[in-house]
Amino acid sequence: MGMDSDLFCEGLVRRFGSNAAVDHVSLDVPAGTFFSILGPSGCGKTTLLRLLAGFDKPDEGDIHIRGQRMNDVPPNRRPVNMVFQHLALFPTMSVGDNIGYGLKRRKMPLAERRKRIARVLEQVGLPDLEHRNPQELSGGQRQRVALARCLVLEPTLLLLDEPLGALDLKLREQMKVELKHLQKQFGTTFVYITHDQSEAMVMSDQVAVMRDGRFDQVAPPEELYREPATPFVAGFVGDNNRLSGELVSVRDNLAELRLDDGVLVQGRVASDNLQAGHRAELYIRPESLVLSGDALSAGYSSMQAKVRTTLFDGANSRVEAETCGQPVYARLPQDGSAPRLSADSSIRLAWNPALARVFGADSL
Amino acid sequence: MKPSVSRLSLWLLLTPFLLWIILLVLLPHLQMLRVSFQVRESWDTIAWGVEQYQNFFTESYYWRTFVRTGVMSLFTTFLTLIIAFPIAWYIARLARGRSKGILFLACLIPFWASELVRTYGWMILLRESGLFSSWLQALGWVDGPVEMLYNDVAVIIGLVYNGLLFMVVPLVTTLDGMDENLVEAGYDLGGGHGTVLREIVVPWAMPGIVSGCIVVFMLTLGSYLTPVLMGGKDSAWFTEQIFTQFITRFNWEQGAALGVLLLVLSSVIVWLGLKISGQSLRKVMG
Repeated sequence: MGMDSDLFCEGLVRRFGSNAAVDHVSLDVPAGTFFSILGPSGCGKTTLLRLLAGFDKPDEGDIHIRGQRMNDVPPNRRPVNMVFQHLALFPTMSVGDNIGYGLKRRKMPLAERRKRIARVLEQVGLPDLEHRNPQELSGGQRQRVALARCLVLEPTLLLLDEPLGALDLKLREQMKVELKHLQKQFGTTFVYITHDQSEAMVMSDQVAVMRDGRFDQVAPPEELYREPATPFVAGFVGDNNRLSGELVSVRDNLAELRLDDGVLVQGRVASDNLQAGHRAELYIRPESLVLSGDALSAGYSSMQAKVRTTLFDGANSRVEAETCGQPVYARLPQDGSAPRLSADSSIRLAWNPALARVFGADSL
Repeated sequence: MKPSVSRLSLWLLLTPFLLWIILLVLLPHLQMLRVSFQVRESWDTIAWGVEQYQNFFTESYYWRTFVRTGVMSLFTTFLTLIIAFPIAWYIARLARGRSKGILFLACLIPFWASELVRTYGWMILLRESGLFSSWLQALGWVDGPVEMLYNDVAVIIGLVYNGLLFMVVPLVTTLDGMDENLVEAGYDLGGGHGTVLREIVVPWAMPGIVSGCIVVFMLTLGSYLTPVLMGGKDSAWFTEQIFTQFITRFNWEQGAALGVLLLVLSSVIVWLGLKISGQSLRKVMG
C-alpha cells in the first residue's frame, strides 16, 4: 500500500448467485488523482462503485481508505461521497438545503453552514442560487449542484457514477473539461465510472479498463491507447482495425503474420502466448495506416485493399476499405493531399510495424 | 363536429355529475342547514332561531361528545398512519414482482366484506366468550373470562382496521415513485436512519400522507357502526347523537344542527391539516 494512497483495494469479490460481478479486483489510487473505471455496461463497474460507497458489502477482499479498513463502516460514516447517475438531488429541498444537508449532519452552526454553501456555489460557478429549487435549474446547473453537495463535505474520495450520461453532447463535452478543472481545483481524489472511453481519456490520470468483473489494464490514458495490454483493450479504447492471420515467426520483438489472403505483415509482439503456426491478431489504428502509392518506406508492412466508401467527418475523415472480407478503416490525410478514391478502386495501406500490436488469438 | 353538437355532448357528459352534486350533495346540505335554524314552537308553528345551536353549547353532553369524537378521530388517524407507513414502505420499496401484488391484495381482501361483517369479526375475537379470552384462559394467564369489547381501545382497534386500506393505498402510490438513489444519497451524505426518514422520505411522501389522513379522518369521524358495535352503549360517538335526534327523538331540527356542526368540524380540521403540512388540496388529491 502506497503511503499517499487514498483508496486501496485488494482482491475484492462480489458474487450474485454463481456469477461474480466483481472478480478479484485490486486497485491503488494515489491522493489527488482522477481515476476512471471504463467498461461496457454489465462489466461490474457500478457494483464496484457501490462497494466503495458502502451500499453493498464485498464477499471477499478489503477496502482501505487512507489506510483505514472500511469493510464494516456504513455509508454515512465513510469519508466518501457519491454523485449519482441521475444526481439524486433532494426535490423537496432548495439548492442551499441540498448542499447544507451533509453539513447539518455534522452539526455545523447555521452561520458557518451558510458561508460554506455560498463559497462552494461560487467555486462551481453558480453563485446566488441557494434559494432556487433543483427542478428550476438546467441539466448542467443540476450537475454542478450535485458536485457541490459532495465537495462541500471535503471527502477523501468522490465517486462519480456516469453523471454526464444524461446531458446532451455539447454540454457533455463542456462538462468533461470542467470536471477535470474542478478536480484539480479542489484536489479531491475522484473515482469516475463510465462506459464512454472519451470521457475517461480526456479527464483521467489513470484509467482501469474493466471487463467481466476484472481489470484488463490499469494505465494512464496515453499508455492505454498506445500500448493496450489485451485485445479487448485494443478494441475497446479508441478505434482500431483487427487483422487476423497465422503466425509465421517472432524475431526481435516483431511478429510476422500471414493474412488469410497470403500477404505477410509485421507488428510488435504484445502477448506472450504467440506460437508459430497458431492464429494471431494484429491491431493497427486508423491513423497509423498510410495510403501509399508504390513508394514504401523501408521496413513498413503493407497490404492491398478495396475501397468501399469514404466517410467525411472533418478532422476525423476516413476511408472504409475491405481486405480478406474484413472492413479496414484508414484516416485520410488532413492537408488535402488525399487522392480521390472511387468505390471498388484498389489501394495500398502501409504501416510502421512498431505501431501495430500482435496478440495470440486465444489471449482474449 | 359542429359546435352545437360538441356542446350538447359536453352537457350530456356533465349531467350525471351535476345531478349527483346538486341532488345528493348540495340540496340535502342546504336543506339540513335550513332545518337547523328552525325552532318548533308548537306542533304546527315554526319560528327561526339559533336555539338548536345554543342547546349544543349549554348541554355539556353534546359538546363533550363532540370534542371526544374529534380527538379520538385524530388519534385514530395518527395511529393508522404509524401502522400503515411500514406496510406501505414494504409493499412499495421492498416487495418485488408477484409478492407485491399479493400483499396489496391482502390489504384489499377484508374490504370485500361489509363494514358490519368486518366489525362482527373483531367482536368474535374480543368478546368475553371470544377467541382471545379463551386463549388467555387456556394459557393460564387469567382466571376467568376477560371482556375486551365495549371500551375505547376496542373502538379504536376497529376504526384503525377500517381506515388502514385508505391510508396504505396513497402511501404506496407516492413511495413507489421515489428514486432509490434519494435514500442512498441521504445516507451517503452522512445521514442516519432517522434523518433520512425525517428529511427525505417523509417530505417526499407528504402528499400521500396528507391525502391518506384526510380520507381516514373523515371516514372515522363519520363512522357509525364501529363505535356503536364495539363501543357499546357508552361509546358516545357524535354520529350516534345525530342518529338519536333524527330517529329516536324525532327532533330533526336538533339533529340537523349537530350534523352541520360535524361538517364544520371536519372541514376546519382538514383545512388546518393542509395549512400545517404546507400542502394544497389540488396537490394532495391530484
